[in-house]
Amino acid sequence: MVEFAIKDCAIAGIATGRRAQTLREIRDMLRDIHPGCIYHHFWGTLLRPHFSSREYNNDFAAWCHDALHDNIAAERLAVVDPADYADIEELRQELLEVIDMRLDETDVVLFSRSDQQFHFVRGAIVVFDTTRRLADPSELPRVLPELSVGSIFYHFIDARGRDPIGMDDLRSWLMGFGSTYEAVIDDLAEVDPYFESLFVLRDRLTDLFTRHLGNGAI
Amino acid sequence: MPEETPTQSLLQRYAEHAGHDAVDQLRQLAGLLNGLRVVHVNSTRQGGGVAEILEWMVPLMRELGLDASWEVIEGTEDFFATTKSFHNALQGKSLRIPDRLLQVYEEVNANNAERLRPLLEEADIVFIHDPQPAPLLNLCPGRRGKWIWRCHIDLSHPFRPVWRHLRRFVTPYDASIFSLDAFVQPLPHPVFLIPPSIDPLSEKNIPLPEEEVRGVLQEFNIDPDRPTIVQISRFDRFKDPIGVIQAYLLAQQFFPSLQLVLAGGTAADDPEGAVVLEEVREAAQGNPNIHVLSSGHYSDRTINALQTGADIVLQKSTREGFGLTVTEAMWKGKPVIGGNTGGIRLQLINHTTGFLVDTPEGAAMRIRYLLFDRPRMAQMGHNARELARQSFLITRHLREYLTLMVAQIHGSEDRIELG
Repeated sequence: MVEFAIKDCAIAGIATGRRAQTLREIRDMLRDIHPGCIYHHFWGTLLRPHFSSREYNNDFAAWCHDALHDNIAAERLAVVDPADYADIEELRQELLEVIDMRLDETDVVLFSRSDQQFHFVRGAIVVFDTTRRLADPSELPRVLPELSVGSIFYHFIDARGRDPIGMDDLRSWLMGFGSTYEAVIDDLAEVDPYFESLFVLRDRLTDLFTRHLGNGAI
Repeated sequence: MPEETPTQSLLQRYAEHAGHDAVDQLRQLAGLLNGLRVVHVNSTRQGGGVAEILEWMVPLMRELGLDASWEVIEGTEDFFATTKSFHNALQGKSLRIPDRLLQVYEEVNANNAERLRPLLEEADIVFIHDPQPAPLLNLCPGRRGKWIWRCHIDLSHPFRPVWRHLRRFVTPYDASIFSLDAFVQPLPHPVFLIPPSIDPLSEKNIPLPEEEVRGVLQEFNIDPDRPTIVQISRFDRFKDPIGVIQAYLLAQQFFPSLQLVLAGGTAADDPEGAVVLEEVREAAQGNPNIHVLSSGHYSDRTINALQTGADIVLQKSTREGFGLTVTEAMWKGKPVIGGNTGGIRLQLINHTTGFLVDTPEGAAMRIRYLLFDRPRMAQMGHNARELARQSFLITRHLREYLTLMVAQIHGSEDRIELG
């Protein structure tokens, strides 16, 4: 059976110098902004500190709520799931659609405060091999709590952007064992990674695997 | 600098606070940079935020296997007067710097380049901190490594003529680092964003014995058994100490035993500080429960005790850089009521680790609420400490430096996959 290679990642934010103060400005910049910015404001944001009360799952939605006080735009942007799109360009088109729809239906131009502008940031992501290998899923309950949150991000969140059907690495690996781990896979599919910190997500995954596979003592 | 015990490495000591997973990750990342020659250059060995950062960063980089060193440029009185003017102008003060002093700036850097050139030209990565040593890059034509300019200053609204002068020295760098996106000026190279951090092993942040905390409070006639709110900051209008007093007076109507501590100094080069302090004293006059501590320099341990002894920490700034006093308070498990501005917004998760406020009235309402709901206050304090642990300790800071170095060494792609 194929071993599971545990990787880790770290991100450093890079400023683009581009900033927006209205929804229209965001829309105009989104048309040609570096694709890394879209990745960063959807996925990279999850590596930033937050708690389980996180309200919006991407920076665009959060900014519409916090800085523009445009809750309609915020709610519509919040339901855009980046894993639904084949690549960043498709995701970019969807964002433009949602924003254009909002701009079409209102004549009111909302401005953010000058110190609450939306700053487009992209990330430099470094992925590296920890050289740690898992031979069997029964090791997961023991190993998961020892992993960095970078590893959790890479295998459970970033993987959805790498996989053509938006599958995380853990489910992909378990599916290689036939029907043995079907119940675990079903439960994993219901873990929504967008609303809690990576630390809490790590605990949640550990609990889930412990519940299904015991404490992993071998 | 934290003292290293013979039996425990620095990294092990940090692992006790930041978690072993975080330190393991540092080791893995540093493994990709093993033996790399890294040189940091700044303008002072002691005093100031940059020296404080380098005091821990250089030993930690060494322990992680990097060949790291720290060089300090030597300057004349005129040179430091010029760079002080640079600093003020870059933060927005309208200041013309005479050509003679601009020449001194370049001459001093040329003299330092004679001494440092062999080391800097051989280094794999050179970090130049702030404007003082920025011209060194042009003075090292045989350089082989990557040069990174680390700007610790808020450049959001610089006095343009001075920024234009400095910009020609920093433009040729391979990358630069700013603390917040709002501080950035456009540059023709990657501009990394790395917020600052606190050192959990420093005197300002280590846990103190309860007796010591009570002793410090009593020394300043503060009753350790009564509720206390604290703001630690310079007497500067942007820190809004008058607004803090207004908030306190509103809250005190509901909690007569409440005490307020305003502790800080005035910068020697800030004549307005003395005026603000006088206004604060006037506003506090006649209220024995308002303690204005302004008599010179307080040790880091004293500041630590004041923060630790508080029930709630305020940082009601109307304009703020990063606001490390917020991080320090969070690390001590205190809910923070902070001004809705700058780096405070980055650190403070509204309703979770404290409250963001825009007015003295807003601050007063949140003070009342927290004093009324003690379990909620404790939960917010707990959340604040956890957030500081996860995101604002030096291990995170170092991780981002290592990530930047890997990115610089291995190319400019958005995603670098190694191993």
